[in-house]
Amino acid sequence: MTSALQTAGLCRNFGALAVTQNVDFVLPVGARQALIGPNGAGKTTFINLLTGLLQPSAGRIRLGGEDITALAPEMRVRRGLVRTFQINTLFPALTPLEAVTLARLEQRGASRRWLGALSGQRAAIDEAYDLLERIGLGADALQETRSLPYGKQRLLEIALALACEPRVLLLDEPAAGVPARESAELFEVIARLPRDLSILFIEHDMELVFRFAERITVLVAGAVLTEGTPAEIASDPQVRQVYLGSAGHG
Amino acid sequence: MLLSLANILFNGVAYGMLLFLIAVGLSVTMGLMGFANLAHGAFAMLGGYVTATLMAKAGWPFFATLPAAFVLVALASLVLERALYRRLYRAGELDQVLLTIGVVFMAVAGATFVWGPSQAPIRVPAYLTGTVAIGPFDWGVYRLFLIAMGALVTLALIVGLERTRFGAMIRAAVDNPRMATGLGINVDRVFSITFMLGSGLAGLGGALGVNLIGLDPSFPIKYLVYFLIVVAVGGLGSIKGSLIAAIVLGVCDVAGKYYLPDTGAFIIYVIMVSLLLWRPLGLFGRR
Amino acid sequence: MTMTATTDRTLPDPADRRAAAHAFIAGQARWRWPEAVFWLVAAASLVIFPHSLVLAAQVLIAGLFALSLDLILGLGGIVSLGHAAFFGLGAYTAGLLAAHGWNEPLTGLVAAGLVAGLVGFATSFIVVRLKGIALLMVTMGVALLLHEVAQKAHAITGGDDGLQGISMAPILGLFSFDLYGRTAFIYTLAVVFACFLVARRLYNSPFGLALKGMRENGRRVPAIGGSIRRHSALIYTIAAVMAGIAGGLLAQTTEFVSVEVLGFQRSAEVLIMLVLGGAGLLYGGFVGAAVFLVARQILSGIDQTYWFFWLGLMLVLVVLFARNGLLGGAKALLARWRRA
Repeated sequence: MTSALQTAGLCRNFGALAVTQNVDFVLPVGARQALIGPNGAGKTTFINLLTGLLQPSAGRIRLGGEDITALAPEMRVRRGLVRTFQINTLFPALTPLEAVTLARLEQRGASRRWLGALSGQRAAIDEAYDLLERIGLGADALQETRSLPYGKQRLLEIALALACEPRVLLLDEPAAGVPARESAELFEVIARLPRDLSILFIEHDMELVFRFAERITVLVAGAVLTEGTPAEIASDPQVRQVYLGSAGHG
Repeated sequence: MLLSLANILFNGVAYGMLLFLIAVGLSVTMGLMGFANLAHGAFAMLGGYVTATLMAKAGWPFFATLPAAFVLVALASLVLERALYRRLYRAGELDQVLLTIGVVFMAVAGATFVWGPSQAPIRVPAYLTGTVAIGPFDWGVYRLFLIAMGALVTLALIVGLERTRFGAMIRAAVDNPRMATGLGINVDRVFSITFMLGSGLAGLGGALGVNLIGLDPSFPIKYLVYFLIVVAVGGLGSIKGSLIAAIVLGVCDVAGKYYLPDTGAFIIYVIMVSLLLWRPLGLFGRR
Repeated sequence: MTMTATTDRTLPDPADRRAAAHAFIAGQARWRWPEAVFWLVAAASLVIFPHSLVLAAQVLIAGLFALSLDLILGLGGIVSLGHAAFFGLGAYTAGLLAAHGWNEPLTGLVAAGLVAGLVGFATSFIVVRLKGIALLMVTMGVALLLHEVAQKAHAITGGDDGLQGISMAPILGLFSFDLYGRTAFIYTLAVVFACFLVARRLYNSPFGLALKGMRENGRRVPAIGGSIRRHSALIYTIAAVMAGIAGGLLAQTTEFVSVEVLGFQRSAEVLIMLVLGGAGLLYGGFVGAAVFLVARQILSGIDQTYWFFWLGLMLVLVVLFARNGLLGGAKALLARWRRA
């Protein structure tokens, strides 16, 4: 099994506090993997390290065959390592069409053309529109983002990520704050994504995790506790004790 | 040569102390609330005018006017903080810059209207003028006095911050406002009081400065850059940083004017820009 | 722009919706009638205010300067307290060229833009690394540095007394500058309009969209593969060129330059004009410049001190009550009226 994304000995300290401890992690190509763990386990920190928002104190990160530990966040995106944010991180005054078009322009290396008309970028606009249509935002493409209902904004988060042509997609609680029924729909969208795309997602709702993940990694206090199939994780006494037993997440 | 070097150091340190007195309040309040207050120099100017007016019109002795300058400016700053600044703590930097530039312009116009456009005259007591000979050199008495005042205030600030309960609250709030709030510290109140104290110090500095750097309505604009340099180079919220930055700035300014009179303030700006490139958060800044 | 959006929901056919998407993007760049009115009025100044053409030209130049600041502030989100650096560089380039015999206006302007642009490009690498107070101090510091240099190089620049001996050749060898400022006004209007067209094109270009994205949410830009530093460096350079041209225009039309063009006051004033008019709207700088300069003409005629007071008060009121400036306020009113 080849790895899409891999870390070796990844550490991150905030002062004396170790929030990521010696994490060796492998995301296989085509994975549908969940990252779970109690609040404060360092899940988002781990994603921030992978995407370059934080620099690790020690350890390496490899994307495909390439060491990306020192790359700037945008360069990692260009190489296909793309994320979404737990809290909506969108462009409130832009329309979804504009936002996704912008992401397409960045991928095409056309975002610094300043003497040509935006309307001349027909291919980028078409791609953006098609993507929105595919993900179910076609009818909302021309609304200001801030006027969209919350669930649709969550979809737009994913659309923006997909516009970056990801090979590896990191979803930080994609359904955070969405009502239960809608969050299942959101995960249906994610489940329909192409199989060659490798996906790692953080999710608190165990029902969703066990329904959509093929493998699960459990993070506790910044270190990997265990990893396995949903069945293995569900029956792991350590997990039951440390996480499922004591957690009580809503 | 040796003589002039000692002289320059001495004059530079005295000037730096003055800059420190005026700017330290700005540093602490900017560190505390992240509020870019470009009108800080207006407080210093007001302090200067309080002293000049009380001496000329009411016949107060110089030393009696100093506490008055401190208190009156502190009160005036409280009014300003309540009426205007408070609304913009969570606003962007641009809004803060614009609002406080507006306040500067109004202060300049107000000062011109009340006190006239020319230099405010001041006569400090005779025993503070002239020079004394200590060792091989002559020392300007007023500058010695300034350095002593600066040292006194620094000491008071350090003791106040390190040893008192309120000082601990300020330090906690500068360090991490959210955590401080969590610990039950009323950050808003702490800030109000700190702002008053800082402005009061600026007023005191302004009062002490009249005899050294003069006073006219353009004061808040003329010296704005200097105060900001002290704050930016020293690092927001750092008393030690402000003190060092102010003294280095004072010495460089005096030395530049003496050795390289043709380049003027040029050197200061070069040093400032390169320092900020090297350390964008200033010498002792942490955020 | 929301009008197309609301009708779009009723389009059931994706093909129609796709066409609507393209129409939406194209529609944002379309000229609207208030724009035509604005430039017609500007041109009509020639007939309406024949005795105030000098002031009118000043407004246009200040407006262009403010527009260049709008590019970095309103679009790029970079707060600069030293934008006069580029205005002054342009003014001195054009002025010095003319004072030393190169008095052909158009090439002089090109040189002004180039010099300012080069310095802008060089400093952009510094500027994009900073934020907060360090950014304010460094932008201000660079301008102060240049101001200091110009002041001390009295033999070359004339310092506070100003650069002597500027006289311009006729434009294109045909139109001489006249005493009433007619030629100067027409020349200024033409150059300013040309620069405006470039800025407007930029506003509606792919890069314009990237900048709007940066302004809306800078943190997200790297996450979609964009480089904030490279975007910022480019817009900073373009804005520097435009500010340089504005400065060059001032030097050529007034045949005078003094160190004041580099001063802090000028940096502060252009910021005020832009915010007064409304940042990020393309026309805000012109509106702000017109109101500011006309108000100064009237108020400082009474007393310089009063002008400073009113200026300060104006700033405080704009910040507290009219965050989007006069133009932003007018737009909001118009939108409310349309909805009602």
